[in-house]
Amino acid sequence: MQIQLNGESRVLEGVDTIAGLIAHLGLDGRKVAVERNLEIVPKSTYAEAPVMDGDRIEIVTFIGGG
Amino acid sequence: MSTNDTWTVAGRTFSSRLIVGTGKYKDYQTNADAARAAGAEIVTVAVRRVNLTDPSQPLLMDFVKPDEFTYLPNTAGCFTGEEAVRTLRLAREAGGWSLVKLEVLSDPKTLYPDMEETLRALKLLVAEGFDVMVYCTDDLVYCRKLEEAGAAAIMPLGAPIGSGLGIQNKVNLRLIVEQTTVPVLVDAGVGTASDATVGMELGCDGILMNTAIAEAKDPILMASAMKHAVIAGREAYLAGRMPRRLYADPSSPLAGLI
Repeated sequence: MQIQLNGESRVLEGVDTIAGLIAHLGLDGRKVAVERNLEIVPKSTYAEAPVMDGDRIEIVTFIGGG
Repeated sequence: MSTNDTWTVAGRTFSSRLIVGTGKYKDYQTNADAARAAGAEIVTVAVRRVNLTDPSQPLLMDFVKPDEFTYLPNTAGCFTGEEAVRTLRLAREAGGWSLVKLEVLSDPKTLYPDMEETLRALKLLVAEGFDVMVYCTDDLVYCRKLEEAGAAAIMPLGAPIGSGLGIQNKVNLRLIVEQTTVPVLVDAGVGTASDATVGMELGCDGILMNTAIAEAKDPILMASAMKHAVIAGREAYLAGRMPRRLYADPSSPLAGLI
């Protein structure tokens, strides 16, 4: 399947949940926030929240700022 | 000064009146050391896409730790209310914080706040339960409107972001302090320690700065200087300054002269 991840198109195989996507990307789920098709995905639902073909997903974290 | 000189924003009480940014440092370690030297309890942070090409890059949260500092997520880079709301929803999910800093900018050259859009964004955020500290111009009328719309703190600029020019309009800042019941903090424009002292002497509740510390030759030493400057200004404000006089007034008594 193909998704838009942080503005870039990406082909994914074997990933069907947000938790799976975070693990696949090598990220720490405690330090990020996820938006799927402009809706916040609560951390408590990562294990069940689906990733589907055509999704637009944003994964953000905190960086330095003023 | 008594140790209980605290200030409270949205129900949270702090001792340090210096909030520091976390941008522009050469690395996160220097950033963390500077924040500690400043005695800061609150740090501003930005929300951005994770680095997907190299997930092993150091993260701010591993150095400037959320259990040591209160994170104040900002909306830097947002030019509309909707962008600001979207950004802060993500920030709230990332860290669970409802205390946020709203900044809706306009012209990229001056980074001046767009006050009409800032006020609109504030209303959207307040409706979603955020506690919003608002970066704004030193316009008395807009500052009053922000407070009426539920701002948790009013944060007028002293001068443009990153300019280091010091407080340009002391009269407006003092008038804002006098008319406002929520905390007032100078946000942006401080260049050196005396600028921070001036802001505090005017009766502000605190100062927010980033570049003045991050771009100093020795950021850790400047952070310490800013800590003392804010305390000095606060104590001078509480102590009440002497009246200004046009002519001299001798300090040694004239009576008993030989």
